[in-house]
Amino acid sequence: MTNQPDKAPPPIEVRNLTMAYGERIIQHDLNFDIPKGSVFIVMGGSGCGKSTLLRHLIGLNKPADGTIFREGVDFWNCAPEDQTRIMRNSGILYQSGALWSALTIAENVALPLQQFTDYSPQTIAEICEYKLALVGLAGRGKLYPSELSGGMKKRAGLARAMALDPELLFFDEPSAGLDPLSAQRLDQLILEISNSLHTTIVVITHDLDSIFNIATDSVFLDAETRTMIARGNPRDLRENCPVEKVRTFLRRGK
Amino acid sequence: MPQKKEVSEPTGWTLEKTNETTAVLHLSGDWRTKEHASRRFDLPDGIRNVRAECEALGEWGTFLPAFLNKVHNACRKHDAELDVTALPEGVRELLRLAWAEPPITLPAEPKFSLQAWLQEAISGAHTSCISWMAFIGDIALAIHRLFRGTSRMKWHDVWLEVIKAGPDAFGIVSLIGFLMGLILAFIGSIPLKWFSAETYVASLIGIGMLRMMGAVMTGVVMAGRTGAAYAAELGTMQVNEEIDALLSMDISPIDFLVLPRIIALTLMMPLLCLYGDIAGVLGGMAVGSGYLGVSGTTYWNLLTETTSLNNLYVGLFTSVVFGILIGICGCLRGLQCGRSSEAVGRATTSAMVTSIVCLVISTSIITVLTVFLKI
Repeated sequence: MTNQPDKAPPPIEVRNLTMAYGERIIQHDLNFDIPKGSVFIVMGGSGCGKSTLLRHLIGLNKPADGTIFREGVDFWNCAPEDQTRIMRNSGILYQSGALWSALTIAENVALPLQQFTDYSPQTIAEICEYKLALVGLAGRGKLYPSELSGGMKKRAGLARAMALDPELLFFDEPSAGLDPLSAQRLDQLILEISNSLHTTIVVITHDLDSIFNIATDSVFLDAETRTMIARGNPRDLRENCPVEKVRTFLRRGK
Repeated sequence: MPQKKEVSEPTGWTLEKTNETTAVLHLSGDWRTKEHASRRFDLPDGIRNVRAECEALGEWGTFLPAFLNKVHNACRKHDAELDVTALPEGVRELLRLAWAEPPITLPAEPKFSLQAWLQEAISGAHTSCISWMAFIGDIALAIHRLFRGTSRMKWHDVWLEVIKAGPDAFGIVSLIGFLMGLILAFIGSIPLKWFSAETYVASLIGIGMLRMMGAVMTGVVMAGRTGAAYAAELGTMQVNEEIDALLSMDISPIDFLVLPRIIALTLMMPLLCLYGDIAGVLGGMAVGSGYLGVSGTTYWNLLTETTSLNNLYVGLFTSVVFGILIGICGCLRGLQCGRSSEAVGRATTSAMVTSIVCLVISTSIITVLTVFLKI
């Protein structure tokens, strides 16, 4: 039997990926799998193409060369229905929340549920309340995004990303612009989600505290050679990575 | 094949009262897709302890914790305890996370009352009046600084704005002007034909276009094109905190952003208006020669004979006033913009509306004044 659940294809496989804007190559020859249930970190210095990689993994940008497999399917060479299904099966937390400012945060969380499920309004309201409680915003559903602090916006964005219980969550710089305690709380939340919902989580970050707190796996993108130069658990990389640049990065320059 | 648990309760949950103060919540069946959660949950009076049991619970998804969250809220309202220790570990983890922070209660929204509404409307009008006057005062001070040579305004910015407000608007102004002349001539020809006075279409266009329509149409076009753009530009700068950055460096946004725009628009408006007038006269001429049989020379001669240059001067003066008003409205609404993407849209709309209202009011004042002063 080849279709055993434990042999299921990993949520994301990247093969010989080259990313480019026009003639300018951002990164080339990327090869890695993101295992199911992992907390996968994409790290590297500023301007190395982390966010571009995220856009490729989500399916917003088309690779210049190479293939991205999502759930074993070649994302850019499959039926449109498969593309929609794959897209809908992932949630994204954008850097500043990207909440729709004309809607209250409860309406923000409810929108994907209203659009893609046939649940009754009552059920949707209850799910929203629960999701908001899950991110620590219980009772704040009637507030507008402009009435929230940066940390709360991110948590509300997370509640929206999780509205449809996706199997894959993307985080773009989750700790950027948060105070250490809020950042810590968000890391905690990421870990809890990963542990209790078995969601695969992809995080773009260069915040070392957060990397060592949550990561189970990672890839390091280099801005000079324009390709990946390390792969593995960041804790191991800090001690044993053969590339000095990666060790220096993970030891905060020491 | 994984063993499927027998679904004993199609309802998903039952609440069983064991004694006066305790109850047991039996969870059962498949909670992955079914909407058990949507059933109403009422806690009987007097219950102080609810214990959740899950002997017959099948697979579960979001619905289970969402439902238990609802039960939890109901219990909180009745000062009852909800015991979830018997539930699967995954559910317990999620609930622990969800209940880590107690919900806050937002202040209730005040009920609508006419008095409160009136109060708000009056105080709103009051603040808006004050902000208008403050803004006009700021501009006056900025002009004063400009003459004393202490202004931070860069003349290069004025030049850039002149290009955006002037040459870039030629296309639309000529189109609108020409069509305005065409329309005026066609409509005017109806009564003129009654008196066989078709040749006087030239005077009609001369007075109508030069004195008023040219300026008004250019004003409307520029309010939509440039005034709204000013509001959107400054509004977006407000959202991005660019205005704050200027203020914190002690650079007045009035000097740096508002004055160049108002000066550029005030310089360009009479030129655009003149250009629109010419296009309108040509439009009238086209109707005259093509439809009414008035030759180009007759048209021109009659136009110069019957239309004094005063008409043109009134029109140009009006357009200068429009330039100042549109600039002020656009910039004021932009600077008043809130901090969200929605606020930029509101600022743009309100700049447009305010400009048009100002245009109409100022046109009426100028028209009445010029008639009484016999200009």
